[in-house]
Amino acid sequence: MALAKRIIPCLDVDAGRVVKGVRFVDIRDAGDPVEVAKRYDREGADEITFLDITASSDNRDTMVHVVEQVAAQVFIPLTVGGGIRKVGDIRTMLNAGADKVAINTAAVFEPEFVRRASDKTGSQCIVVAIDAKRVRSGDEVPRWEIFTHGGRKPTGLDAVEWARRMETLGAGEILLTSMDRDGVKTGFDLELTRAVSEAVNIPVIASGGVGTLEHLVEGVTQGKADAVLAASIFHFAEYTIREAKQYMARRGVTVRIPPGEPGAQ
Amino acid sequence: MHRLAIIDYGIGNLYSVIKAVEHVAGPADRVRVTSNPEEIATSDKVVFPGQGAALDCMRALHALDLFDAVREAARQKPFLGICMGMQVLMQDSEENEGTGCLALYDGRVKYFGNHISAGAGEGRYKIPHMGWNSIRQEQDHPLWAGIPQSSYFYFVHSYFVQCAQPDLVAGTTDYGIPFASVIARDNVFAMQCHPEKSADPGLRLLSNFMHWDG
Repeated sequence: MALAKRIIPCLDVDAGRVVKGVRFVDIRDAGDPVEVAKRYDREGADEITFLDITASSDNRDTMVHVVEQVAAQVFIPLTVGGGIRKVGDIRTMLNAGADKVAINTAAVFEPEFVRRASDKTGSQCIVVAIDAKRVRSGDEVPRWEIFTHGGRKPTGLDAVEWARRMETLGAGEILLTSMDRDGVKTGFDLELTRAVSEAVNIPVIASGGVGTLEHLVEGVTQGKADAVLAASIFHFAEYTIREAKQYMARRGVTVRIPPGEPGAQ
Repeated sequence: MHRLAIIDYGIGNLYSVIKAVEHVAGPADRVRVTSNPEEIATSDKVVFPGQGAALDCMRALHALDLFDAVREAARQKPFLGICMGMQVLMQDSEENEGTGCLALYDGRVKYFGNHISAGAGEGRYKIPHMGWNSIRQEQDHPLWAGIPQSSYFYFVHSYFVQCAQPDLVAGTTDYGIPFASVIARDNVFAMQCHPEKSADPGLRLLSNFMHWDG
């Protein structure tokens, strides 16, 4: 027995409703956050991540309410990202029942925010989300750059170096999304995932590009990720999380399947 | 009817613990969140959660005058320690350059990094130990009722209990090395993992605790 690799469904939430942006443009409605979270819990999700993509700050309280409702009914770890800019935002989410918050843009604008946040609330609560795009390919040594604003704005920051720096500042985990792969279902950017995972001593969650169950396996075995995050393949019931875990177990990956259930290791 | 006190000493949010306990409590049960020593003394059973650093935890217990109340509760009534609420029952912790703890049991709290190969390469272990890992039930206990052997629970920690009293160990978990993930003695049951975040096995354990006379 060993620490299990985690499967994390990600719910994009806009004004209290679950949506999924395909390449951040095409949005489809996939339901009520509480009901979706309960379904994922029943299917064996190891955690649930909510990304608040609400553009207007008027709806911030809506997300707090969503987290409170989910945390009162779903007893697995919850991560909330999107719009986290102050330590006060973090406290609000933790008090609402979140276990971790994901910081993205605010870390890019002010890296010291990550240090302050982890000093105040503990590294275990702080996930730094990195949106990276490949900026060199072919025969050259690959390099990835951090982008903000849904992948539109380059920052000049190297993703691997950035991940190391975030660890130094107190990040407890890295949520790594390949902007090249997000929504295209051709699998994780495994080189990127592996480069970051081997550069840091904190867990790395691979994100962006999952289209098949084999992609989840690759993220762990080749990308060296500690957890894999996916959205659309679960939201639209292409696969259940239980099917994903049984597949991963057959491929030799340690996953959490309760004793007595098919595929238990 | 049970009067259950969840001890709030201000170092971490208790929302999930409260909601999970309320989820398994009966309609007649009364769940109180308290930092009042008298309320702890007059409750039937106590949940002692905790997160963060050992030194902050011990300072908070002293500052709120809860040191004796917690020790007394752990001697007298059904008592469930969670995460840091397990670690501080031991003699001391390596955290914060050495922190004296409640010393109810013989054993110390050690840093994983001094005992396993930390890091990211092959055969290395990232710290903290974060995620779902299985607990081997090392002895029969009423709180294990209905929970299959080697069930998965959710962990987040960088320090672990090294117990000097083997008969105290009610559960072990492997993370590079085997460690005591659960200790139990008389009316006390304490676990390194978070039952409030451990789905069905965690809820079952909390439900068992509600019905346990210690």
